[in-house]
Amino acid sequence: MKVTVRFFALYRERAGTPQRTYDLPGGATMSHLLKEIREHYPDLAPPDVEIVAAVNTEYAGRDTVLSEGDEVALIPPVSGGRE
Amino acid sequence: MIDITRNALDPQPITASVRRDSNGAVVTFLGTTRRTSEGKTVLYLEYEAYEPMALKKLEGISQEVTSKWAIQDVAIVHRIGHLEIEDISLVVAVASPHRKEAFEACHYVVNRIKEAVPIWKKEVFQDGEVWVGCQSHQHSQAGTRA
Repeated sequence: MKVTVRFFALYRERAGTPQRTYDLPGGATMSHLLKEIREHYPDLAPPDVEIVAAVNTEYAGRDTVLSEGDEVALIPPVSGGRE
Repeated sequence: MIDITRNALDPQPITASVRRDSNGAVVTFLGTTRRTSEGKTVLYLEYEAYEPMALKKLEGISQEVTSKWAIQDVAIVHRIGHLEIEDISLVVAVASPHRKEAFEACHYVVNRIKEAVPIWKKEVFQDGEVWVGCQSHQHSQAGTRA
């Protein structure tokens, strides 16, 4: 099954592309996808930093089972300044 | 009014959109771009959003305000793209019958935007650039790029 992965901000610059399609086995989870992404882009984030992801515009955890046609977005930390 | 735009923000019509005869208080917050960050001079800024998700999250925050304070009149407009120093990046306007709720709700909205909405800010300096909030992503041995 195919899923689209979108990279934003820091991740877009480090991946060198705004998006890429991944072909995964049926029933693959977010955890599986993130492992593949880190193999393709080892500099995306340090190994000890967890990458936050969304599926079809909702935040999604590691155990989320992906489906054909899903849009996965990798969400770097959001911060707009101090209170 | 909930929107993300590449155009310059005018607070006046956004504020006007929350006014009505049952409201006695209107609080408008403007987020503006600063000249200095961590002691360095910022030349300009770039904002980027995952727009469909960011819009959905902004709508969600507006609904949170409705359920917490029974306030219906919330407007949030975020600008993205290239911004110069002193430009307005964010306008939040909240109106309610009395001022206490309007102040509280406006503060709440701004804090929630910083936590939950996929909009990123890059500060560009003479000698480099940084995605604000992404400091945890610096690679220990790799280049100096933040």
